[in-house]
Amino acid sequence: MKQLLILSGKGGTGKTTIASGLIKLAEVKAYADCDVDAPNLHLSINQNTDPHVSDFYGLDLANINKETCILCGKCFDNCRFHAIKFDEYYEVDPYACEGCSVCEYICPVNAITMKERVIGVTKVYSNYHVFSTAQLRMGSGNSGLLVTEVKKGLAPYKNKCNLSIIDGSPGIGCPVIASISGVDMILVVAEPSLSGYHDMLRIIKTSHGFPSIVSVCVNKCDLNKKLTDDIINYCTENKIPFLGTLPFDERVLETINNGLTIADMDSPLKHDLEEILEKILNILDLKGDKNL
Amino acid sequence: MKIAVLSGKGGTGKTLVATNLSFSINNSLYLDCDVEEPNGHLFFESPLISSVDVSLPIPRVIDEKCDGCMKCVDFCKFNALAYVGNKVLVFDKICHSCGGCKLVCPHDAIYEEERVIGKIESRKYGGVDVHTGILNPGEESGTKIISRLMEIAKSKREEITVIDSPPGSSCVVMDSIKDADYCIIVAESSIFGAHNLEMVHELVLLFEKPMGVVLNKTTNGINPSKLYCENNNIPILLDIPFSKKINAISSSGVLISEEDEKYKIMFTNLLKKITGGEIS
Repeated sequence: MKQLLILSGKGGTGKTTIASGLIKLAEVKAYADCDVDAPNLHLSINQNTDPHVSDFYGLDLANINKETCILCGKCFDNCRFHAIKFDEYYEVDPYACEGCSVCEYICPVNAITMKERVIGVTKVYSNYHVFSTAQLRMGSGNSGLLVTEVKKGLAPYKNKCNLSIIDGSPGIGCPVIASISGVDMILVVAEPSLSGYHDMLRIIKTSHGFPSIVSVCVNKCDLNKKLTDDIINYCTENKIPFLGTLPFDERVLETINNGLTIADMDSPLKHDLEEILEKILNILDLKGDKNL
Repeated sequence: MKIAVLSGKGGTGKTLVATNLSFSINNSLYLDCDVEEPNGHLFFESPLISSVDVSLPIPRVIDEKCDGCMKCVDFCKFNALAYVGNKVLVFDKICHSCGGCKLVCPHDAIYEEERVIGKIESRKYGGVDVHTGILNPGEESGTKIISRLMEIAKSKREEITVIDSPPGSSCVVMDSIKDADYCIIVAESSIFGAHNLEMVHELVLLFEKPMGVVLNKTTNGINPSKLYCENNNIPILLDIPFSKKINAISSSGVLISEEDEKYKIMFTNLLKKITGGEIS
C-alpha cells in the first residue's frame, strides 16, 4: 500500500477539501486524518459505522505527594520546563510537564511519582473502508506520538489495497514530521499569497532528507495570478512535480457545509482534481490499478 | 493589555486580524508566536533591527569517560539516546533538553552544548514594534521560542501587545495565550471552521479569559461559526465579509488598514470594543 500525504505549511489552503475530494474520486479504501490538533476530515467523509475508540497515552505526568514532600525545592530547581509551581506547597502544572521524570529522580524523599496520562483518543472506522483519525486532548503535547498511532490504524489494510490518502496538519513541527515519516509521496497544497508561498518553501525544506516524492498544486489559483505563476516557476526551477491548479469557486463552501466533497460537485473543479489525481497515480505507478 | 489572536483552524485570518489591529494602534507590540509558519513580518517589511538565535542545551558524551552503563539511555523518556557500537549516540532533534541524562550519569561523562533551533527577528514598522519567532525547518518544537517572545512582552512598555498565535489547540497555543488578558478567536464560515472554533473556545474557557469572535470571509449562506457563537453567548466583535479586494491586497503582503482608511477604522473600532474605548 502506497501512502499519499497532503500537507500545506500554511493553514486553510484547502488540505482537507482536496484530500476528501481525492479520496472520493479515487475511491480509496484506506485513509487517515493526521491533523490530530484540529481534525476535520470526518466532517466530509460520512461513516456509516461507529468508530472503535481507544484512549491514547502520552508520556507520564509527575505527581507530588505533599504529605511526603519536605519542601527542599530540588524538583523546582531542576525542572527545565517550569512545570513545578510553588504556592505554600509544590505542585505540578500538567500542561507544562513533559514527562521527563527528572523531578522523580532528583527528589530525595521519593515524594514524586510518574502517573499515566491520556493525551487523546484514536478513532478507527472500519467496515468496507478503513478511516483512522484521532483527537488530541486540549493543550496536550506529544502530538507526534498520536500521529504515528493514527498511521498505525491503517496497517491492517496494508495488503488489502494499494493506495492510502492521509490528511496532514498545518505547520512544520512535530506532528508534521511524524506524518511525513514513511509516506511515498507528499502533495503540498499551496495558496497564491505571499504567506502561502513563504510557507510552501518552509514545508518543502522540512521534507528534505525524507525519501518521499514532493509535489505541489495550487488551490484558489485565480485569487492572485502573479503568485500562482511564482509558485509554478519555483517548482519548474527546482524540478518539483507541479500537478495542477484549482480555481476559486464560492460553491465549495456550501458543498463542504453540506458534508460533501469537490468530487460530488458539478463544476470544472472536479475535472481539475481528476487531472491532479491522474498525475499522482502516474508518479506512484498505480495507473489503471483496480484495487486502490 | 495583551490580546491573543487565535483560531483553531489554520488560514482563517489570524495574521490578517493581528497585523492590522497592531497597525491601527498608535503604539503597539506585535509578537508572532506562529513560529512554524510566521507570516506577520511579510506585512511589516522593514529593515531588521536585530536577529537573536534561540537555542536548547543538548547532551554531548565524552567517550573516554563513558563505560557503557546505559543509565542515560534507560532514563531518557524521549528515546533520544542509543547505545550503538560501544558509544552513546544522541539524536539531537528528538532530545527535549530535560537534562536527565547528565544528572543520572555516574561518571560525569555528559556535558551540554547549545544547539540553535530558531531565532527571533525584531523590526519597527510605523508605530509597531514587531518581533517574529522563527523555528528552523526540521525542528520539532518551538515552545522555547514562544517563551522567549513572552519574555520580550514583559520587558516592553507598549500599552497594547498583540499576540499572533499558532493554529490548533495544543500545548504551543496554550503557551501563547497563558499571559493574555483577552482572546480574539478568528473563525470562518465552514463547518471545519465551526468545529475548530468549538475546540479553541473550550481552551479559552479553561483559562477563564475574556473573549470575542471575529467572523472572517463570511458569505450570504448559513454560517455555522456564527450559529455557534449565538448558541454559546460568545460576543461577535466584527464580521468581515469575503472580499476579493481584501484578498488581493492581503495576498500581496500589504496591510489592508494601510491601503484603505476604512479598514483602519474597522480595526480601531475592534480595539474599542475590546478595551471599552479606554485605549486608542
